Amino acid sequence: MTEKTLIKGARLLGGDAADLVLADGVITEVVAAGSTTEVSADRTVDADGLVALPGLVDLHTHLRQPGREDAETVLTGSRAAAVGGYTAVLAMANTNPVTDTAEAAEHVFDLGRAAGICDVQPVGAVTKGLQGEELAELGLMARSRAGVKVFSDDGRCVHDARVMRRALEYVKAFGGVVSQHAQDPQLAPYTSCCHEGELSGRLGLPGWPGVAEEVIVARDVMLARHTGSRVHVAHVSTAGSVEVVRWAKAQGIDVTAEVTPHHLLLTTDLLEGYDPTYKVNPPLRPAEDVEALRGALADGIIDAVATDHAPHARHDKEHAFVDAAFGMLGLEAALSVVCTVMVEGGLLDWAGVARVMSASPARIAGLEGHGRPLAVGEPANLTLVDPSATVTVDRDASVSLSRNNPWHGRELTGAVRATFLRGRATVLDSALALP
Amino acid sequence: MRRRRRSGTLMPARTEVPDGTIHDDGRTVLDARDVSRALTRISHEILERNRGAESLVLLGIHTRGVPLAQRIAEKIQAVEGTPVDVGTLDVTMYRDDLRSHPTRAPHHTQMPAGGVDGKVVVLVDDVLFSGRTIRAALDAVADLGRPDVVRLAVLVDRGHRELPIRADHVGKNLPSARTERVGVRLAEIDGIDEVRISGGGS
Amino acid sequence: MKKHLLSIDDLSRDDIEALFETAAEMHDVQHRSVKKLPALRGRTVINLFFEDSTRTRSSFEIAGKWLSADVINISAKGSSASKGESLRDTVLTVTAMGIDGLVMRHGASGAAHQVAGWLDVPVVNAGDGMHEHPTQALLDAYTLRRRLGSLEGRHVAIVGDLTHSRVFRSNIKCLAMLGARVTVVAPPTLMPAGIDAWAKDAGFGTSWDLDEVLAEEPDAVMMLRVQRERMSGGYFPTAREYTVGYGLTRERLAMLKPDAPICHPGPMNRGLEIAPEAADAAASAVLDQVSAGVAIRMSVLYHLIAGPNEGVTP
Repeated sequence: MTEKTLIKGARLLGGDAADLVLADGVITEVVAAGSTTEVSADRTVDADGLVALPGLVDLHTHLRQPGREDAETVLTGSRAAAVGGYTAVLAMANTNPVTDTAEAAEHVFDLGRAAGICDVQPVGAVTKGLQGEELAELGLMARSRAGVKVFSDDGRCVHDARVMRRALEYVKAFGGVVSQHAQDPQLAPYTSCCHEGELSGRLGLPGWPGVAEEVIVARDVMLARHTGSRVHVAHVSTAGSVEVVRWAKAQGIDVTAEVTPHHLLLTTDLLEGYDPTYKVNPPLRPAEDVEALRGALADGIIDAVATDHAPHARHDKEHAFVDAAFGMLGLEAALSVVCTVMVEGGLLDWAGVARVMSASPARIAGLEGHGRPLAVGEPANLTLVDPSATVTVDRDASVSLSRNNPWHGRELTGAVRATFLRGRATVLDSALALP
Repeated sequence: MRRRRRSGTLMPARTEVPDGTIHDDGRTVLDARDVSRALTRISHEILERNRGAESLVLLGIHTRGVPLAQRIAEKIQAVEGTPVDVGTLDVTMYRDDLRSHPTRAPHHTQMPAGGVDGKVVVLVDDVLFSGRTIRAALDAVADLGRPDVVRLAVLVDRGHRELPIRADHVGKNLPSARTERVGVRLAEIDGIDEVRISGGGS
Repeated sequence: MKKHLLSIDDLSRDDIEALFETAAEMHDVQHRSVKKLPALRGRTVINLFFEDSTRTRSSFEIAGKWLSADVINISAKGSSASKGESLRDTVLTVTAMGIDGLVMRHGASGAAHQVAGWLDVPVVNAGDGMHEHPTQALLDAYTLRRRLGSLEGRHVAIVGDLTHSRVFRSNIKCLAMLGARVTVVAPPTLMPAGIDAWAKDAGFGTSWDLDEVLAEEPDAVMMLRVQRERMSGGYFPTAREYTVGYGLTRERLAMLKPDAPICHPGPMNRGLEIAPEAADAAASAVLDQVSAGVAIRMSVLYHLIAGPNEGVTP
């Protein structure tokens, strides 16, 4: 029996202020601010001035467990997620061993349950060992306790067209979806690390041309059409990819897409100093691409923001740029970045934020208890955000185990004050409320 | 009774030609009572020859030999008081003219439970003509077992044998021209008992 | 009846009934001490098999021999093309010795049709690539009818690798002609292209969910053999996943109606598409299928070869 919580004066989706009562894991009361009659709440939260959003859902997180518990664990990753306002995250399959069997998926699922801070939904690999050759046991993963619905070889591209086709067909049987890391390895080998353009030329870094992403996106939407299946494009990073997705949606093709917070704000010129903190796959792009991505997120061509939270042990980044590991932290700052770029930038309102960071990702992932309206009877998964607080990011204040934080020292607008998972407070006063 | 199938364009007709056409220039040589008397006499002859009903097996040759065998068996039982084994014999596969006619589907061969080994088998058919059907029947019986004795009972013997075969029991000897048609109709199949001969001039 | 049996399309409903009636009579031969009928005495039939098959070939061989035909088995493995000889030359060479009928199995869809066009004698298709296997469908339907009485209005489920199955293609047609309602079950990757339009046209159902279909209590279940090689084609990930999703497991066996026959064209992968309990259950019709196979093939050989050589229709 969870405690009863009364939230006073929160602006639902940035709209009118309301009082909410959370009890037994669900929202039991939503009334105009100040008009609640609730007197027996175990906890009262003063949410005056705060925006209430449904708990955020991350379609793309790397929790590193099993295999690299020095970089992150399911527990520490869950904490980072909660601090960032998340109530559910999808944990990518490129663990060690790879999550390509029902047993492996259940293991990650059980770790998430045990941590109890955030719902951890394992993603299953598309191919055995992420080798891109043979389908992994997609059906058994779907039937397992982990109930896997999203499959991805993220980190690697399913580049064999025949294998991708079979995967798209195969998952139809249980309503699954393939999330593709779009990178044609023949156009952009996995050593590529800098957007191919003037900068990569000047810096002498192996180029990663945008077209290597676009050809895969184009191919996959056609395969999705041919097989009558649906496909999801992970971390879209170029304007060209946006055009392809726009066209595909106009054709009625069942395609969804996500963009990372870093691709909405950071540009390739940050690589000027060879700082591996900014090394990520797909790479940071020029301003034109960033503009296109913001516009696409605003008008719905891109459905969701997904962090691609990629923690790394320090020593994995302390290399020459070309040798360093790919990836940036993202869970804790994601909402602030979206607030700064999209809300302050007038491209999205808070209802839009709820859509791209909660409702749409929940729908894409098939997570029924998340992304729900803030209404009576719905599961009490929500987060309270201060829309005008400014925060200067301090990487050492992070609850993640890792420190590869691209936002360090940057001033962002918007701060998560509280997060509730089925009525339990996981974050209060911007700090973890649970161990 | 097996239902009659009308043939479609691809399916060849069955063996028996619907015979006993009424509107011909023929005459009735046996009416229902004649048929009954003939069968009664045949039944007694069989019993006499065999000195009783022991080891008797009557095998009716499809199509009209079958009800004839059944009737003979009933008459024998009425006289002797014991049931007689009856079976049916299909000779389609043993015919010597398979190559010259459209393929026919076989009828059902049903041996009595006691089989034919060591038995006195009496083949029963309606008309004895060239003898080829009986030759085929003898081959068929040989593949089913080894009777002690095989005899032949027919309702009508119309002559014109092409093989050295003769009947042991004959209902009526009916000399006929080769071109004439002898038609046997039986109540079980045709609704009436009758033997007609027709078509002399054609 | 048509001169050749290349596909179920060559048979009318009446033809099928005639074949079944003859097969029923020929079935009895199996129980006699003298397993011979003289119907094809002096005829020569050649089994020309370009693909390995002990079971179908020996079934045809027994069928021919019990009809007193002279049966010759020729194994022509390896494409004749690789030996430099055209298929036409191979077939004409074999038949030039003066034969009365050819039974052929080939790995290429349509091979039987081509060969029939080159020959004067009746050709029986014993399986051509992924296309058809008409005598298999006939013996399957015959077996089911003997167990169920009639196929009119009965619901038959066919489960397995449909994409690569000639047994499925022939069965779909044959069962439909006999009035049965068919539902085919396979993972999406093993459903042939265009199945939705095909199913709609031909009036059969499709499903990815075997448990859902078994819950409808079909009157018979036909399990198709699944080849492990299909895993490398990406059609399904592992054997155990296939079994969990599409195998006739012990649990699924319990879902069946007690007298619903279980068919399998063989050879069976015990433990993969069919659990040993199911293969050996009273409801398993697998051995009936084998014995029916001989009777059906006797019937086919008799109807096609015993009569005058020119045949009724080309």
